[in-house]
Amino acid sequence: MMNKYLNSMISTPLGREACLETLEHVGAGNSAIVKSVIAKGPMRRRLFDLGFVEGAKVDCIMKSPLGDPTAYFIRGTLVALRREDSANILVIK
Amino acid sequence: MKKELIEKTVRITLAGVPNVGKSTVFNSLTGMKQHTGNWTGKTVECAEGSFIFKGVEFTACDIPGTYSLYPHSDEERKARDFIINNKNDLTVIVCDGACPERSLTLALQILEVTRYAVIFFNLADEGKKNGVVVDTEKMNQLLGVPVIYGTAKKKKDISALKELIFQVACGERSIPVEKVFVTPYPFEIESVLTKLEDTGMQERYSVAAEIYENPTEYGLDAEKTRDSMATAFVMACDGICSAAVRRQSRNRIKRDIILDQVFAGRFTAFPVMSLLIVFIFWLTVRGANYPSDMLWNLFVLLGDRLKDVLLFLGCPDVLCSFLTDGVYRVSTWIVSVMLPPMAIFFPMFTFLEDLGYLPRVAFCLDRCFKKCGGCGKQALCMCMGLGCNAVGVTGCRIIDSKRERLIAILTNSMIPCNGRFPAILTLAAIFFASGGVSGSTGGITSAVFLFFVLVFSVSVTLFASRFLSLTFLKGTPSSFSLELPPFRLPRVGETLVRSVLDRTVFVLGRAVTAAIPAGALIWILANVNAGGASLLHHISTFFDPLGKLMGFDGMMLCAFILGFPANETVLPIAIMGYLSGGVLPEADSLDFVSRVLAENGWTMTTALCTIVFSLFHWPCATTLMTVKKETGSTFWTFFSAVYPTLFGIILCILINYISKGIGFLF
Repeated sequence: MMNKYLNSMISTPLGREACLETLEHVGAGNSAIVKSVIAKGPMRRRLFDLGFVEGAKVDCIMKSPLGDPTAYFIRGTLVALRREDSANILVIK
Repeated sequence: MKKELIEKTVRITLAGVPNVGKSTVFNSLTGMKQHTGNWTGKTVECAEGSFIFKGVEFTACDIPGTYSLYPHSDEERKARDFIINNKNDLTVIVCDGACPERSLTLALQILEVTRYAVIFFNLADEGKKNGVVVDTEKMNQLLGVPVIYGTAKKKKDISALKELIFQVACGERSIPVEKVFVTPYPFEIESVLTKLEDTGMQERYSVAAEIYENPTEYGLDAEKTRDSMATAFVMACDGICSAAVRRQSRNRIKRDIILDQVFAGRFTAFPVMSLLIVFIFWLTVRGANYPSDMLWNLFVLLGDRLKDVLLFLGCPDVLCSFLTDGVYRVSTWIVSVMLPPMAIFFPMFTFLEDLGYLPRVAFCLDRCFKKCGGCGKQALCMCMGLGCNAVGVTGCRIIDSKRERLIAILTNSMIPCNGRFPAILTLAAIFFASGGVSGSTGGITSAVFLFFVLVFSVSVTLFASRFLSLTFLKGTPSSFSLELPPFRLPRVGETLVRSVLDRTVFVLGRAVTAAIPAGALIWILANVNAGGASLLHHISTFFDPLGKLMGFDGMMLCAFILGFPANETVLPIAIMGYLSGGVLPEADSLDFVSRVLAENGWTMTTALCTIVFSLFHWPCATTLMTVKKETGSTFWTFFSAVYPTLFGIILCILINYISKGIGFLF
């Protein structure tokens, strides 16, 4: 079901260049806009509380030296999320 | 209105998201020194304090920071209940003035529950540095409740806050209900809300909670409803902030970016961490040596005086010896050995806490902890355990998941605490390092040795955690999110004083509760004779087979057992036992100890096995009591004693035989 979304081109005001991806694939130094949250359960609510709502801008800052988690800058806060959680957030690059 | 107030106490609750300086506000208001630190999740209990302003008494309650009133953990649930509680007269919502968006969402949720609130935008100084300014007039207008923008550390801002609290509490400043901001939900939900309110159901927030719990009952789609209710606050918050907050730039400040690249960068993170640990060990060992000696000498002097006084008062010899040689000597030993290292270690730890470095440690180490069934925050509990295992166990509250918290608690005592350092270092100095522990190179050698000891015990802890998560505490990794706060300059003077005072009180308290009974017991065992030898002798003979199996002997094992109240006493008890004396030895010079051990057949293997068992054995009495308090379960408390011991026994036996085997070959 995820594959339906990955790498699918969607139309945006910027033209058909923007790409719908998961936050996991946003590399360090890049930014994205949140489209929706796929996560279920308590994590879903926690992500909303942290500000991962549609339209919010996320900057990927850095990965942990061991590879996981990754630190993201959202709404003025630096938050670290594990890969399995950032894989459940859909963003537009 | 005022007259009523003078008769009763006004109860206020301090609420806010984690890491906004709520506890600083609390301290400043009440003058109590509560422990604060720069990483989210620091306030682990509801703390209460009071202050009097203009003749009225206020009781303030500092609750743990929570991201939202829809609780994820027990702490958030507790926080929510506090605010909703009727006995609460006024809520002071502490917000982040340097990053209002982060904290205003919770404020809006609180305003849905109660309109008797005052908002304090803290960290104004930090905000100004970042180019963020809160327009209090606009905020006040939009939110309808009084707003202050300032710094909790400044007296005048706190006075202004007190004034505002007073005005709202006694009705001088009214908060008209129609002016208070109401967070709007999407149309469908609002219509259901209005319908339910009209039918006489309670207030908006409980109706909203009802809809959140059972959306389908009101003809609404479950997921969409819950999502839009959750995001409604975020959207409203964004709207308010764009109107009432002026910011120069949306980016992080350069200093934080650079520091993070050092502390959490791919190639620099672990070297920096290792260097910091070695440095802290070095400073603790080196810095504690002289004060420990001084304190001990002082106590010996006082002890002699005490003996004289007791004898003068006609105290019988036996009782005198019991009191001075037993109780007094053991207690003072513990204080002089324990206090200086703790008085150095904990301020440094607090320094790192206030700086904001510790969440970066959790960030770097999370992956290997996740693989072992825990989470990165366990690393922080282990850091605290380095100072004192009991503190480490309490600190495990920062872990949200019950299962992971339990794993962290059960394995915490595998990290050597300050009380075990001296024994480990003494044995290392005698048997492994030729340089000895005094002198500057000796200091570095000790620190590096301790570092490797730590690496070993961390590895075993990870293994032990993994084993637990595969067997007794099976489960999946919890949802994990960690906030990395901006770096803040620690206030050195205040930190030092507060930390040293805290530690001193703790150690002295421990001296009373644990050391005194321990001293009494040890004296009795060592001096009461039965069948031609002291009780201590009999017990150690009994433990000899097991002790020898583990690479040391019965006396040492006995010392470990008797050292249960406080780990610092383990080596002294062993020395005392070897000397067949009834008294802890006065001279604790390295040569003296070395001689005594050699005379009793100690080899390198013995020392190694002793060090290993010192790392992995039952927690001390204080820690065990803390485990009981934290887990509330006798079973897990018992487990926390047995589990590390099993590791200790098995590892010691292994090392003993491997080492003897190697010795045999050569």
